[in-house]
Amino acid sequence: MSNGVIAITEQSEGFFRKVTYEALSEGKRMAESLGCDLIAIVLGSGIENISDEPCKYGADKIIVVDNQALSEYMTDAYTNVVADIVNKEDPSVLILGASSQGKDLSARLSARLNAPLAMDCVEIRVENGNIIAARPMYGGKILVDLALEGKPQIVAVRPNAMSVVESSGAGEIEKLDIDVGKTDLIFVEKQLDTGKVELTEADVVVSGGRGMGGADFSVIEKFAELLGGAVGASRSAVDEGWRAASDQVGQTGKVVSPNLYVACGISGAIQHLAGMSTSKVIVAVNKDAEAPIFSKADYGIVGDLFEYIPLITEEIKKLKAGS
Amino acid sequence: MEIIVLLKQVPATESFIGIADDGVSIKTEDIKWVINPYDEYAVEEALRIRSEHGGTVTIISAGPERSVEAIRTALAMGADKGILIKDPAADKCDGIGIARILAASLKNIKFDLIIAGQRAVDDDNFQVGTALAEFLSIPNISLVIKEEISDGKIRCCRTVEGGTVVLEALLPALFTTQKGLNEPRYASLPGIMKAKRKPLDIKSLSDIGIDASEIGKPRTKILAMKFPPEREGGRIIKGDSSRSIAAELVNVLYKEAKVL
Ligand SMILES: Cc1cc2nc3c(=O)[nH]c(=O)nc-3n(C[C@H](O)[C@H](O)[C@H](O)COP(=O)(O)OP(=O)(O)OC[C@H]3O[C@@H](n4cnc5c(N)ncnc54)[C@H](O)[C@@H]3O)c2cc1C
Ligand SMILES: Nc1ncnc2c1ncn2[C@@H]1O[C@H](COP(=O)(O)O)[C@@H](O)[C@H]1O
Repeated sequence: MSNGVIAITEQSEGFFRKVTYEALSEGKRMAESLGCDLIAIVLGSGIENISDEPCKYGADKIIVVDNQALSEYMTDAYTNVVADIVNKEDPSVLILGASSQGKDLSARLSARLNAPLAMDCVEIRVENGNIIAARPMYGGKILVDLALEGKPQIVAVRPNAMSVVESSGAGEIEKLDIDVGKTDLIFVEKQLDTGKVELTEADVVVSGGRGMGGADFSVIEKFAELLGGAVGASRSAVDEGWRAASDQVGQTGKVVSPNLYVACGISGAIQHLAGMSTSKVIVAVNKDAEAPIFSKADYGIVGDLFEYIPLITEEIKKLKAGS
Repeated sequence: MEIIVLLKQVPATESFIGIADDGVSIKTEDIKWVINPYDEYAVEEALRIRSEHGGTVTIISAGPERSVEAIRTALAMGADKGILIKDPAADKCDGIGIARILAASLKNIKFDLIIAGQRAVDDDNFQVGTALAEFLSIPNISLVIKEEISDGKIRCCRTVEGGTVVLEALLPALFTTQKGLNEPRYASLPGIMKAKRKPLDIKSLSDIGIDASEIGKPRTKILAMKFPPEREGGRIIKGDSSRSIAAELVNVLYKEAKVL
């Protein structure tokens, strides 16, 4: 009998991140194959009203640490608290989302707990009670199966790679009063563009490249907005100063796996593909019929994006109005 | 200011990556090796900090003999000295093992600041820098796009989903780099000439005072490597007019792909 799967949830401004639901769902699936409980950890300050939500995704127990010192994610405070819980619960598995917070926390925890870590996993299997994590390497050019030895086995799941499945758990809440211990980091300030859809979590991503010809991205912004999506960019568009570095998709930018990725005026260099080739459906609009992006796209239009994107936007509006 | 930069040599991002006959490693014959792009930002930032605060920039890399080239390139960019930890036992390590080795290599070196890449673009692990900070019991700040040092403190702006967070830590500290931090300089010709005379020490594990048993067995093991399913070039939408093409695309996205 395994000692349980602990899912570390992540909330921002009182809402759980989408990847948290993915981690919880995947954690539940693993707990079932291992024949153990799913325990969710909720950390933060003033989080009472969301604390029971993990129960909807099968959490049998929810450990809540509500502490002023946890109001913002801080590597040291969070590591201390999670490590304390791990020592108490002795879980077989720790699962969390590979967000910017999750990557940082899982790496520090792996060192603290001397535990194996599978970062940015896209698939997890349980074979004979052992976890095998599939994860991309070399910018997605290779997919590896990774065996984890030791305890707890830490798996950080790539946003948008796992499906969200609701199920019911007992959801018994246990409030813990844990001292956050010695901390060195000081929080100064935070700036969030809350109106913006996060690139790595978006269901639809519309990216513009050098073919945009300038900083005016309004045609693709309107298109993305209609679909509730996010706007990305190729490195060329970022290097030109047309878009912020945080919009860059690719090997040295963000990795996205939306349901729909639309590449506008992007040639499809290998470093760009590294950031979006796991998208479910890829559409390319490019003037050049020979552009390499067409060999990766499910659907392509050869033509001027400034002509086609507004037309496509209009057609979708019509479709939405009709349905 | 004593600045350490962690540097890994990785395949150039345009390299074709093949799978070796053992099925668990890559073919290394035709690869062009370069400095990990995120470590290039680290070198550049270290040089900028040195020009403002003085001090030295030391490059540390654990890797095979060929990594000397990457260290030389960093020296040519302007770093002061390099250390390569080369040992057959290091080749088998996972991220935790490498972090332990790097921690040992720093035992007798004074440092105020360590800069690492957020990830090496070969294993894409996002682990070594942060794990090293833990082993050294110093604070770490990930994904930094701006930093400022004064009065023995570092203030960093890091990226998070949908925005940025500003954090502060006392030195010594470690931070990892994010795109947007700087534009790395190229090595100049005089820089390349000078680099040839800069100190570059090659050390074994016993030289840095750690033995394989202290590193422990790797806790992760690659069972198999495969190529991701090849994406087939799909369908080019054709039609009589641009409007009919746009309408047809929307139609297939709705009915066939079911993504609208
Ligand atoms: C170490 C390293 C890391 C890198 N990391 C990244 C990364 O993370 N992300 C990334 O994207 N790149 C990255 N690159 C850069 C990459 O190699 C390419 O240079 C870049 O992706 C090209 O961007 P692009 O497709 O926008 O521009 P281009 O290659 O110039 O393509 C522009 C395309 O737009 C088309 N076009 C022009 N006008 C129109 C129009 N009006 N309508 C429709 N189509 C039009 C053209 O036909 C062309 O195909 C990296 C490179 C290196 C060396
Ligand atoms: N073998 C190594 N030698 C020196 N630094 C390394 C090594 N491996 C990783 N690093 C550093 O740790 C960062 C993250 O690497 P990784 O955890 O492998 O993705 C890199 O960008 C380097 O700065």
